[in-house]
Amino acid sequence: MSEPRTETVDVNGHACRVWRKGSGRKIGFLAGFGGLPRWIPFLDRLAETREVIVPSLPGHPGATGHTLLDSHLDWLVAVRQLLIKSGLEGADLAGSSVGGSFVAEMAALWPMSVRKIALIAPYGLFDTKDPPTDIWAQKADHVAGLLCADAQKYIDLKAAPSGANSSSEWPIEQIRASEAAARVFWPLGNTRLEKRLPLITVPTLLLWGEQDRVMPRSYAERIKAVLKAPAEICIVPGAGHLAELDQPDEVAKAVLKWTA
Amino acid sequence: MKLMWFHLMPYTELPDDFRQKHPSVWVDIHSSLFDPKRAHLMYNDFMDELEYAAECGFDAICVNEHHSNGYGLMPSPNLIATALSRRTTDTMLCVMGNSLALYNPPTRVAEEFAMIDCISGGRLIAGFPVGTPMDTCYAYGQNPSSLRERYLEAHDLVMQAWTEKETFAFNGRFNQQRYVNIWPRPVQQPHPPVWIPGGGSVETWRWCAEMDYVYCYLSYYGYKAGSATMKGFWDEMDRLGKDRNPYRAGFLQFVGVAESRSEALERYSEAAEYFYGRCLHVDSRFASPPGYNTEATQRAGIESQIKQAAQAAEAANKDPLAAQGTTGTTAGTRFNMVAREMKDIVDRGYVIVGSPKEVIEQLEHVATSLNVGHLMLLLQYGNMSKELTKYNTKLFAEKVKPTLAKMFSDWEDKWWPKPMAQSARAALPAFQPATVAAAE
Repeated sequence: MSEPRTETVDVNGHACRVWRKGSGRKIGFLAGFGGLPRWIPFLDRLAETREVIVPSLPGHPGATGHTLLDSHLDWLVAVRQLLIKSGLEGADLAGSSVGGSFVAEMAALWPMSVRKIALIAPYGLFDTKDPPTDIWAQKADHVAGLLCADAQKYIDLKAAPSGANSSSEWPIEQIRASEAAARVFWPLGNTRLEKRLPLITVPTLLLWGEQDRVMPRSYAERIKAVLKAPAEICIVPGAGHLAELDQPDEVAKAVLKWTA
Repeated sequence: MKLMWFHLMPYTELPDDFRQKHPSVWVDIHSSLFDPKRAHLMYNDFMDELEYAAECGFDAICVNEHHSNGYGLMPSPNLIATALSRRTTDTMLCVMGNSLALYNPPTRVAEEFAMIDCISGGRLIAGFPVGTPMDTCYAYGQNPSSLRERYLEAHDLVMQAWTEKETFAFNGRFNQQRYVNIWPRPVQQPHPPVWIPGGGSVETWRWCAEMDYVYCYLSYYGYKAGSATMKGFWDEMDRLGKDRNPYRAGFLQFVGVAESRSEALERYSEAAEYFYGRCLHVDSRFASPPGYNTEATQRAGIESQIKQAAQAAEAANKDPLAAQGTTGTTAGTRFNMVAREMKDIVDRGYVIVGSPKEVIEQLEHVATSLNVGHLMLLLQYGNMSKELTKYNTKLFAEKVKPTLAKMFSDWEDKWWPKPMAQSARAALPAFQPATVAAAE
């Protein structure tokens, strides 16, 4: 697995990391809960046939600036700026969890800015009868097992690399990512995205890990029911909430097929 | 030194198997454990106890704010303080305090505190805590990432509401009000003394110094665990060029006094073990919402963990119990480390017990070593009965307080309320229930 090229772009005066790898038609990816402290196999699969571009959301690993964002409008404008500056205007977009919510918002509010989208168990909705798991009210050693079918996948993603970074900064970056997500979605995960979903006009793939223990699978049907765009639901066996970590090949294959 | 009598108002009838059968005393404690008719008696006992402490001559009586909490039955301490203001005359009322970010708009705090200050004739101490994660982020749903920013802005709004003479517009980041003009205004001018209960963050210490507020460390883990925090506070005051006036600081300590140490252990063990065993049974899921601790505090915590790990063996040799301490970097780790049995509770200094002489010696050591001029005493804790609470309170007031009150007499307490002159204050009629009055 070779490393991507790393650049930074400026959003509200804060640097946000952008990874690029591969060649071909562009596809962007916005990461899920916790962000990406390191490159993952799923992105390599995408990069085999496409130029994959991975901007880091404010406050997530490689990016700061989340504390300037006080309202959901602030967040949406910041993410829009991030995508434009990353060269993703008009490209296909995929997003997982936290990132999936923003991909849906971009497609709803700026329909001409995206070609096709893939949403992996996006945040943004809340059903009182079938609520998402409160990921911010967990014992620390339970979190990995909630986010991935195979907890070790998340543990490996978040493990501090030996020798890299200072010993105190790595854990702080991981907490910051959780804080940034909380800043958007606290306390319920409900950004009223449901009201804007009918504005999405581009083809939309809804991917859900069969073992998602955070975002109820009923939300896939709920989202599909209000979309006015062509949409399909794809359930990924052997995957949890962050399906791209559990089943990188299957998820990449589905995303590439949808955006072919 | 000022001796202040603090009540948490714990629910006193949590079941014996509470820790085994229930995940948490806080946030999601089950409603079936709460009997309103029993709570009627508890509230009235607690208020009797606070009034009794005032009668016994304590300098202040203190109340605080908690939500969805089985050991703190005061979602609104302002209600209790108001009731107390009508049953006390010379004792200061310390509301420790209102968690500013929870009030919308925060001018509600400026108004209610001004009401208490007016009704009591200027006896209010205004406490402004950020509030615990359990209270603010979970029970009240506040966003941990913006809680402190909201708190600081709410503070600015309240202070401006108290001091600005003209109606003004407040154009804040989180609060916008076109017409701010509170009625009533506080008796104490320019405003009641402001005290800040906080954890051990450098930012809070600096802010207290900058604003000239009292910093209070309200830990349940006593003076041994609190000494590092208070040392940090005073070191920071030194760095900022502030004097070491002990009245800049407040500290909370549990105490049980009796004729002898063995009698004290006998009398107070049940209540202490109830408190540390059941009341501090908090699910760590609710202790560390991301962003609640600033990154500077996280960094300091991680660095101190690294340092502690390096020094662990040495510390364990010197004083094993203090080394175990209860000084985890988050509330979650602290809750998991709590001593639950009386011997440990006393050895670790959570509760000071003994004869009056022994308690005086220990509290003199606490006050001197921590350099604290405002000692907030928990003389009721856990399921302690009213009878035992009054015994503890009376014995302390008669045999302990007079000696301790003489401490720090060289220093001026510039942060104490300045009530109206006694002659200018309303006379409070003696309370007579209607049934009694009718019988006469």
